[in-house]
Amino acid sequence: MAQQHEKYYVPAYSPWPIMGAIGLFLIAFGAAHTVIDMSKEIDGWGSNVLWTGIAVIILMLFGWFRDQINESLAGMHSKQLGNSYRQGMTWFIFSEVMFFSAFFGALFYARFISVEWLGGASNNAMTNEVLWPAFEAHWPLTLTPGGIESGSMGWMGLPLYNTIILIVSSVTCHLAHVNLEKNNRKMLTTWLGITVLLGCTFLYFQVAEYIHAYQDLGLRLDSGVYGNTFFMLTGFHGVHVTLGTIMLLVMFLRVLKGHFTPDNHFAFQATSWYWHFVDVVWVCLFIFVYVM
Amino acid sequence: MSTAAGEMTHHDHHHHAPSGLTRWFFTTNHKEIGSLYLWFSFIMFLVGGSMAMVIRAELFQPGLQLVEPHFFNQMTTVHGLVMVFGAVMPAFVGLANWMIPLMIGAPDMALPRMNNWSFWILPFAFMILLGSLFMEGGGPAFGWTFYAPLSTSYSPDSTALFVFSIHIMGISSIMGAINVIVTVMNMRAPGMTYMKMPMFVWTWLITAFLLIAVMPVLACAATMVLTDKYFGTSFFDAAGGGDPVLFQHIFWFFGHPEVYIMILPSFGIVSAIIPAFSRKKLFGYSSMVYATGAIAGLSFLVWAHHMFTTGMPVGAEIFFMYATMLISIPTGVKVFNWVATMWRGAISFETPMLFAIAFVVLFTIGGFSGLMLAMTPADFQYHDSYFVVAHFHYVLVSGAVFSIMAAAYYWLPKWTGHMYDETLGRWHFWCSLISVNVLFFPMHFVGLAGMPRRIPDYALQFADINKIVSYGAFAFGLSQLIFLWVVIKCARGGERAPMKPWEGAEGLEWTIPSPAPLHTFETPPEVK
Amino acid sequence: QSQLNMTQGVSEISQRVYNLHMTIFYICCVIGVIVFGIMFASMILHRKSKGHQPATFHENVKVEILWTAIPFVILIGMAIPATKTLIAMEDTSESDVTIIVTGSQWKWHYKYFDRDVEFFSLLATPQEQINNRLQKGENYLLEVDRPLVIPTDRKVRFLITSDDVIHAWWVPDFAIKKDANPGFINEIWTKVETPGVYRGQCAELCGKDHGFMPIVVIAKEPDEFESWLDEQEVIAREAKAEEQRLLALSMSKEELMSLGESVYLGNCAACHQPNGEGIPGVFPSLKGTDMVLNDRDAHIDIVVNGKKGTAMQAFGAQLSLRELAAVITYERNAWGNNTGDLVQAADVNQFVNR
Ligand code: HEA
Ligand code: HEA
Ligand code: CUA
Ligand SMILES: [Cu+2]
Repeated sequence: MAQQHEKYYVPAYSPWPIMGAIGLFLIAFGAAHTVIDMSKEIDGWGSNVLWTGIAVIILMLFGWFRDQINESLAGMHSKQLGNSYRQGMTWFIFSEVMFFSAFFGALFYARFISVEWLGGASNNAMTNEVLWPAFEAHWPLTLTPGGIESGSMGWMGLPLYNTIILIVSSVTCHLAHVNLEKNNRKMLTTWLGITVLLGCTFLYFQVAEYIHAYQDLGLRLDSGVYGNTFFMLTGFHGVHVTLGTIMLLVMFLRVLKGHFTPDNHFAFQATSWYWHFVDVVWVCLFIFVYVM
Repeated sequence: MSTAAGEMTHHDHHHHAPSGLTRWFFTTNHKEIGSLYLWFSFIMFLVGGSMAMVIRAELFQPGLQLVEPHFFNQMTTVHGLVMVFGAVMPAFVGLANWMIPLMIGAPDMALPRMNNWSFWILPFAFMILLGSLFMEGGGPAFGWTFYAPLSTSYSPDSTALFVFSIHIMGISSIMGAINVIVTVMNMRAPGMTYMKMPMFVWTWLITAFLLIAVMPVLACAATMVLTDKYFGTSFFDAAGGGDPVLFQHIFWFFGHPEVYIMILPSFGIVSAIIPAFSRKKLFGYSSMVYATGAIAGLSFLVWAHHMFTTGMPVGAEIFFMYATMLISIPTGVKVFNWVATMWRGAISFETPMLFAIAFVVLFTIGGFSGLMLAMTPADFQYHDSYFVVAHFHYVLVSGAVFSIMAAAYYWLPKWTGHMYDETLGRWHFWCSLISVNVLFFPMHFVGLAGMPRRIPDYALQFADINKIVSYGAFAFGLSQLIFLWVVIKCARGGERAPMKPWEGAEGLEWTIPSPAPLHTFETPPEVK
Repeated sequence: QSQLNMTQGVSEISQRVYNLHMTIFYICCVIGVIVFGIMFASMILHRKSKGHQPATFHENVKVEILWTAIPFVILIGMAIPATKTLIAMEDTSESDVTIIVTGSQWKWHYKYFDRDVEFFSLLATPQEQINNRLQKGENYLLEVDRPLVIPTDRKVRFLITSDDVIHAWWVPDFAIKKDANPGFINEIWTKVETPGVYRGQCAELCGKDHGFMPIVVIAKEPDEFESWLDEQEVIAREAKAEEQRLLALSMSKEELMSLGESVYLGNCAACHQPNGEGIPGVFPSLKGTDMVLNDRDAHIDIVVNGKKGTAMQAFGAQLSLRELAAVITYERNAWGNNTGDLVQAADVNQFVNR
């Protein structure tokens, strides 16, 4: 084996992980109390804790990555360590895939099972006859059994533009990567910059679409299971795009600082994988949430 | 297996350890983090066990004596959550941390800093969960399965705390699992091919895969509960087009693999201990590996056996019944292999072996009741009765927990450098063995006689048996104090342990001194 | 009289389920005896202390195939009777009587389909027995005020649903357990062979009083059942007429308060507690709260129509106008609330018709 004589870098004691744990604790505790306060319509301290937690996490990320980058620049990282990072990132993305799959599962269940059953399908003839006699199954569910009405979101227009934007951004991200491997710094900077801009455009359109849904279509988070799955899926995806864009931006800044070499650029690669993953999720979203 | 002994010199980039508590807060060392996990899980075992004692005390006789029904439900719920997420899972992660690098000849876990992070999330997560018990309206009271809509519209105010604590526990588990997978895939010593890995490493590799696959699904379920309760969504509300049963599908898609997450590492432990004390190689190593894989694969296809009474179409019921029954086959292969390993060995009965043997017998009994539960028509009678409670405590307590005890006795000499007190160990074993059966076996009877689970009070015909069960519970609880005593005694001193205290034991962990020095295998050993 | 095994029950299906249970149990016992037998034999024969030398085999493909195949065959043997029974159980067609069973926190409601008979069925065990202040009766926790009545020798179909959380309707003697899912209907059936009284319980955690939600079913000969049902229809009609008549009459404060107290303890105290203080964070207090003291209309409305998405049910469907009036009056005057308001049946009636 090649790595046999390379030494695996085992970091020394580090304050960052426990700071991360404290940060997550504050976020969880703060977010929970924020939500509870909201439901009781009181102005509590929950959100202060939440923001403190976020600040702690950001601080932690800075410190952790600073150490990490310095170690990397000092050449302490072996090839084997690089493999660990890459595999770690792969499995992290796999866990994200499962997270989205679960929400897609909920979408399919709502669409092909619960709404159909409420309409009397399968072994639920009596459900419809006795409990919801006025309800007829249809998708998108623009009129719920309980009687909430809403519009539905077509796929033409903004969603289609957004699909194109994200697919293009995947390509530009890849081009940036290719140029990094060729050590073509100028092209790298350009393509990466374009990718960041495309990410921002996507987010801008997404916000515009939400405003359209709320104001013109009457499609809201609480307008039945169609709106629920729509907003949860696109919403969680949006959060991921935001994170991805921030990551790309950080990579951009690091490129400007002259970081990364053709054979040592794990952070860049991880970001690019993440970005491609976010794109794939969007394509699935576009097909299953909007078109079908 | 012959190895070049690990190099023990103190290398320059190992800074000197900070002193006192800071050391434990900042550590990136797999052995220290392993110990943290193990101690944490033991404390959680005591906490969860104390709640079980409240449950058993209330159920000691009919009528309401000690606690209000609402508080009783909180005890049941938090007992389940603490035992599953706080005691059993972290104990396995602790064992993985300690042993996997030693078993595959790696200097540490692949991602040491993340390792520390995943541990320290846990105490905070449980602070939130246990703290919510003291909120106005109490903590979670909807069962560890938090079925909607009891956990949404009808749950206490504190539910958001429960949800977010589950979220960060999940993050911790996922990071822990990624670490295990990457360590196993990337850090094996030269020559340590996959099919040479100890069974414990194999079972953990597969467990880690299950964890990464299903913890995000749990996060999804918890998130939907949060939005249904606080943000007006109706995933689980028919009026909005949702379905309460959808929650159960998502939960059990996580939940069933979860129960195998709590048993596969046990299989690995037992597969290390039985050969060691039978002085004979593990029978059918490769079929053990394939069986583990098969169990994990099937575990994704059986989730709805927890939902036979929810009114699924009959075709679905039949599918899930058959798929569930199939799991008996690979599990049976494992049991048969263990028996075949013992057959014509030279068996001796030190405490780890005693626990391992008890594991095989009692786990199999739990497996049999599992198979009975899998028969859909009969499950209509068993479901949500104490028969189910008996089933899962056999596989979890006399299964998972017994295997953790076995592991602790087996590796304590390596961890502490001292032999534990064998006499006390045997006392612990025999007290536990007898009381655990007095505790859980009669539960089958009350269950069959028609006693539902999760009730604080019951009809008179269940009184006699519940009394016996409660006596068993108190005895089993007290027996665990012997274990605490053994561990503390062993950590503080005792006969010095040699490098390899068990005659028949195999594996790289026995090629390093006892106690294992802080840094081992800094240059990988050669495995032939 | 404590029993240790599954009941054989009183229907053909329950008998089949019992037989299936016993078959699987015996098969498991046999496998267990063989496996543990071999294991203990080796523990006795092959121990080191007796100087046994370890063998070196660690593989045998033939045996391994054998012990994969044999369990598979056994499983097929188990699957066949199970599948047959299951299919029979799920076939709810061609039933003679249909009953809608609705669970709500913490009582059952029964309605005979296409007939004018419906009623609630509540735990009848007195609180004093539960709190150990009175000797517990024979059917402690398994007794209700109004049992369900069904005919023997007829296929009775149950449509099971819920008003709030998930409950499960379980009568062991019929081998029936089915979840009551809010917003959906599950179907199940039984054909009881022997007349008698059969008891069961709610089998899905449904909140605080999940343990106090029993089911009692009386199976009667078909003609006895028919005449019972007719009688109930008459009683229901008369009660309605009586209610209309009483609308005009007002009750005195004493009457209202004493009826109100008993209704309160039977229906409201489980959540709001006998002292009216509720459980903070779970069930709101009624003592000294704004709505109870000041907003009479809102108070009547919430009792009659419930509050959606909470455990507060619409009691308009469960109590008579008199009872509603009494309990609201009681709440407005008990525990130091002393508003002095009297609410009469006629006042409540306005809200019911809304
Ligand atoms: C470690 C945890 C663990 C393990 C390993 C298992 C193993 C199994 N479980 Fe269990 N189960 C739980 C934990 C576990 N379970 C928990 C926690 C619950 C309740 C959750 C809740 O509701 O709160 C539960 C509930 C549960 C139910 C739902 C009951 C209900 O609520 O109605 C069912 C139904 O099918 C089931 C089945 C099985 C089966 C078939 C196995 C099989 O894997 C068992 C296989 C093993 C054997 C069969 C024995 C060895 C085999 C042989 C010797 C070979 C020859 C044998 C034959 C051919 C018969 N389990
Ligand atoms: C790995 C998981 C695990 C473990 C180890 C246990 C361990 C025990 N469980 Fe657990 N149990 C669950 C998982 C587990 N359980 C789950 C998932 C549920 C379902 C929850 C739900 O319905 O939602 C459940 C539900 C459950 C119930 C049913 C509650 C109900 O339905 O209302 C009962 C009742 O007897 C019970 C009892 C016990 C007992 C007596 C132990 C004992 O083994 C505990 C022994 C340990 C100790 C006692 C601690 C050590 C000793 C001390 C601290 C000293 C003090 C001791 C004394 C004073 C005697 N459990
Ligand atoms: Cu109703 Cu439990
Ligand atoms: Cu399961």
